[in-house]
Amino acid sequence: MDFSVAFNAAREALPYMLGGVGWTVGLIVGAMLLGLCMGVPLAVVQVYGPKPARRAVGLYVWLFRGIPILVQLYIFYFGILSWLSNLPGLSGLGLDSPFIAAVLVLGLTSSAYQSQIFRGAIQSLPAGQLKAARALGMTDAQAIFTIVLPQALRLSIPAWSNEYSILLKDSALAFTIGVVEIMARMRAIASTTHEPVSMTFLAGIIFFVLTWVGVKTLALLENKVRIAGYTRQGAA
Amino acid sequence: MSQPSETTPILEARGLVKVLGGNRVLDSVSLSIGRGRVKVLIGPSGAGKSTLLQCLNFLMPPDSGHILLEGREVNAQSRKELCAFRQQVGMIFQDFNLFDHLSALENVRVALMKVKGMSKLDATERAIAELKRVGLADRAANYPANLSGGQKQRVAIARALAMDPKVMLLDEPTSALDPELIGEVLSVIRDLAQGGMTMIMATHQISFSASLADEFIFMEKGRVVEQGSPAELLGRGVSSRTQSFCSKISELTGEGGGASGECRL
Repeated sequence: MDFSVAFNAAREALPYMLGGVGWTVGLIVGAMLLGLCMGVPLAVVQVYGPKPARRAVGLYVWLFRGIPILVQLYIFYFGILSWLSNLPGLSGLGLDSPFIAAVLVLGLTSSAYQSQIFRGAIQSLPAGQLKAARALGMTDAQAIFTIVLPQALRLSIPAWSNEYSILLKDSALAFTIGVVEIMARMRAIASTTHEPVSMTFLAGIIFFVLTWVGVKTLALLENKVRIAGYTRQGAA
Repeated sequence: MSQPSETTPILEARGLVKVLGGNRVLDSVSLSIGRGRVKVLIGPSGAGKSTLLQCLNFLMPPDSGHILLEGREVNAQSRKELCAFRQQVGMIFQDFNLFDHLSALENVRVALMKVKGMSKLDATERAIAELKRVGLADRAANYPANLSGGQKQRVAIARALAMDPKVMLLDEPTSALDPELIGEVLSVIRDLAQGGMTMIMATHQISFSASLADEFIFMEKGRVVEQGSPAELLGRGVSSRTQSFCSKISELTGEGGGASGECRL
């Protein structure tokens, strides 16, 4: 293998490959946010909700953790969403776009995982604080929003950054339904340049950099919202 | 609605029963407390003191029984009524239960804003006044992790006082403290009692509480076994269950002040 040929091919392919970064970032941001917006309420219901609701959340989590992302992408893109987009009222909404399907699948799956991150964080808080909030006359909703969640979300950041790095790499599966993200571009350009190895390396490096940036950013956030003098048992 | 008269008890419990894991932790306990009175719950661990206090403000809903605030029965099924009731009943916990993500000032202020709907400015002013009252104005910006146990408990007391409670429930407020920190908390509690605050306190600090209690309530196995003034239960020549319990702990801790394990006033 001639390294200079491979290197030049990668350098020439770089702009095209970087064009996929926007799609990958869009997938990740969309999916992480969807996962966050659903994961927090799911966790709250699973800890504080009535039994039937807790069961329902448990089932949801099992379902999305149990079915491979690739299978879900097919089910949503070729099945549910393509059926929905043919319904009279929903036809113009672009539900048949592969990007929407990928964000939905990654986001729903992530919400199942994220709900368990938040549930663990909520349950790790000393129960006495909720009692104290109730004793002051707060409703359960007030106590959850002002006392429980601000602490639980802080504690969740390390695990959340883990979830980010996993989801980022899962997003590479979106090429299978035609989202032109990094992986899709890598395959396209590898077949035209006949440089599959260098293109694969290049894709790997781009994913690595994206992971690094995201994890570093979350570490900065974790530091920024740290409570003075507050350490978990066993830390520091 | 008629105004409660001077003689109406501030807080009254009738026939409270609580069963936990098949045990009758509270077995038909009744008590009532008048304005400005101090009642002290004593008894061995597992007697039901803590359960009683937590049933009194429905942190643990009693299985049966009634609770009356100023002669009016509290309907704990109504969330609104329950929250209004709890605002008027301050609670101090053994392990402080400060909100770890909030500074001392914010701990005192948060319920004023969220529950009482006060503006941030008014709530801050009030919170600072309460911190001053417990001697912690200079610690307002500290987070709980940077406060000593005694300071945490005083912040917790300030937090409860800021709600203008009609009665305070104190659940072993000094039991989690290092011995040298107990004094600062007891002195705040003494100030409260002298200022006319109505209080029900579970404690093992017998000699301290004898100096401010109007009544001792001795509990054992979920029942009130004895009740009476400290003098009646601990005075010379008295042979009471309270007396013998008190002798036992004074042998261990030197608490009680009597000679040779005696526990006399």
